[in-house]
Amino acid sequence: MGITSKPVVFAVLSAAVILIGSTVTVFIPLFMPSTQPVSAYVKPYTSVELEGRDIYMREGCNNCHTQTVRPLRTEVLRYGEYSKPEEFAYDRPFLWGSRRTGPDLNRIGGKYPDSWHYRHMQSPQSMFEKSNMPPYGWLAKNRLDTSNSYKKTSILGYGFSEKDVQQQINEYRSKVTSQTYLSKETRDLVTPAELHHELTEMDAIIAYLQKLGRDVKNLETKK
Amino acid sequence: MSDAGTEQYNYKIVRSFAFSALFWLVIGLIVGLWIAFEMFNPALNLTPWLSFGRLRVVHTNGLGLGFGLAGIFATSYYILQRLTRTAIPFPRLAQAHLYLFNTTIALAAVSLMAGMNTTKEYAELEWPLDIAVVVFWVMFAINVFATLIKRREKQMYISLWYIIAMTIAIAILYIVNNLEIPVTLFKSYTVYAGANDANVEWWYGHNIVGFIFTVPILAMFYYFLPKSTGLPIFSHRLSIISFWALNFAYLWTGAHHLMLSPLPEWIQTVAIAFSIFLIAPSWGSVINGYYTLQGNWEQLRTNYLVKFFIFGITFYGLQTLQGPLQGLRTLNAFFHFTDWVIGHVHMGTMGWVTMIISASFYYMIPRITGNQLYSIKLANTHFWLILVGQLIWTITMWIAGIQQGAMWKATNPDGSLMYSFLDTLTSLYPYYRLRFAAGVIYFAGILIFVWNLIMTVRQSPMQDEAEQPTQKQELQSWG
Repeated sequence: MGITSKPVVFAVLSAAVILIGSTVTVFIPLFMPSTQPVSAYVKPYTSVELEGRDIYMREGCNNCHTQTVRPLRTEVLRYGEYSKPEEFAYDRPFLWGSRRTGPDLNRIGGKYPDSWHYRHMQSPQSMFEKSNMPPYGWLAKNRLDTSNSYKKTSILGYGFSEKDVQQQINEYRSKVTSQTYLSKETRDLVTPAELHHELTEMDAIIAYLQKLGRDVKNLETKK
Repeated sequence: MSDAGTEQYNYKIVRSFAFSALFWLVIGLIVGLWIAFEMFNPALNLTPWLSFGRLRVVHTNGLGLGFGLAGIFATSYYILQRLTRTAIPFPRLAQAHLYLFNTTIALAAVSLMAGMNTTKEYAELEWPLDIAVVVFWVMFAINVFATLIKRREKQMYISLWYIIAMTIAIAILYIVNNLEIPVTLFKSYTVYAGANDANVEWWYGHNIVGFIFTVPILAMFYYFLPKSTGLPIFSHRLSIISFWALNFAYLWTGAHHLMLSPLPEWIQTVAIAFSIFLIAPSWGSVINGYYTLQGNWEQLRTNYLVKFFIFGITFYGLQTLQGPLQGLRTLNAFFHFTDWVIGHVHMGTMGWVTMIISASFYYMIPRITGNQLYSIKLANTHFWLILVGQLIWTITMWIAGIQQGAMWKATNPDGSLMYSFLDTLTSLYPYYRLRFAAGVIYFAGILIFVWNLIMTVRQSPMQDEAEQPTQKQELQSWG
């Protein structure tokens, strides 16, 4: 009987059947600009924020935190404005997540001062006794490796020159190590003395968290 | 055809993959228990390597790619040889496949614990390991197609269709989703951005579950159920319809994982429609399984393997109803991001997948070693422990999911939120404790399973050196 005695024909036919749905719902949308719109108000990550994002990925934060606020009343109430497609134009990979063991983070930027994050990352339980988040104090003990920062932003096509990248890093370093930095006290508390004047992985991940949703919030206030 | 009886099947490779599967099963479950404990006791996040965010992916990859794939390779190499009455044409390639596979999974576990994680679910491995996966997959595919081309049996039985479909689909899914640009040896970025990346990822994520946890498991079901009962499959026609409909519809449904997300709405809606459609071919196999036992249901009592198959296909049936339903927008708005989905997945993996692989191994291992199964009594204990463990596990998570979903949505009369996020989380801790206990019961069942098979092989170590004489009388064709 027909194709069940022709393995190669059978394989080709299976591939064709499998590729129909894939083409319509996945491959074609890849070439439609409407799938991932780009908007001028959404800015790419600075190289420090990008390094922070890479640490977020390394630690698998996406296993417990989502980054999509759905257009549902209670969700907007809890987290803020729902997520728009253009916000993710620079996200490679996307980090929407699939389970909320912790709260959504797409609107976390600007919600708390840096000092809140330093303390919370150092020991979530010291702020929320019953929280089940792992402590990440050790990130402050790791000097931030920026040796690939330029390569990373150029692979992602963010359009920064090598000088831009160096400038972003220097600027952020002077910001968090300055005497007038608003969260200086907490930062010094969680950061070992020898790294007080350097950028740490903790600094970078907090820079990243503060960027999440910032462009949308800026747009809202302008309105 | 007359020389078929003298042909020596390669059972060594079957056995090696079967025991690789058991090894990764035990490792994956230990990690699972560890992270289940971390969910209510964060003190267990002892070092970065043991933190939840890193270990969770070791659990999913260890069981999905380690246990799942090894189980599939073991049974596929067996089924292929038996149904074609042809030995694997390239035994050395198969042996290399075994070594590369186990090395890759071991490196996967270590690299994920070290934080080399691309974060795309079930595709977290960094690019050098992605290449290793593709290489061992090609090694497998070469033997699959070479065996099929050399076959001595004209017709390919149902199970072979499913093995063909899996071989092709996983290659396409894995390569497309893992296209990435390396930064260093240990770091890369995907080529897709934002919504497109999400769409590609969940097309992969949904279908890799389909083509690892459904399609090859159906291949086992269609082969080992008739084999161990002596009853032919109820309807050949139904299996043809189910096969093509399943393969066609599955690939449209990935976006039901992205309901109410910034992904274009039409992709979400198409996914819902095809998810509902998918109930039909899924239940086609369920019905085919049930009706195969028509008039012979007493085997559920007399044949210890039938329990695994029938309960397994029942969980498959339940899961394939639950999945499409929770893809509907209204239900999804409530259940998505909660533990309900975790319960859903584990009914499939702990119920359907593990039960069918268990029964397949119980059938296969004694036949390839020429020994009797060490203990049917232990096999029955194994069955009841994994059944009870799994049911407590999944039902607990469903209840936890309903509770958290409701708490997220609860508002006061003035319209403000009733619960802080932390309230909704801490209310789940009792369920997490119960889930851990259920996991322990389940794990005990798995240890018995592993022990039973080790003892089966150990009974007469002489026999597996001198190729078994018993296989000769087993040669029968599927017309």
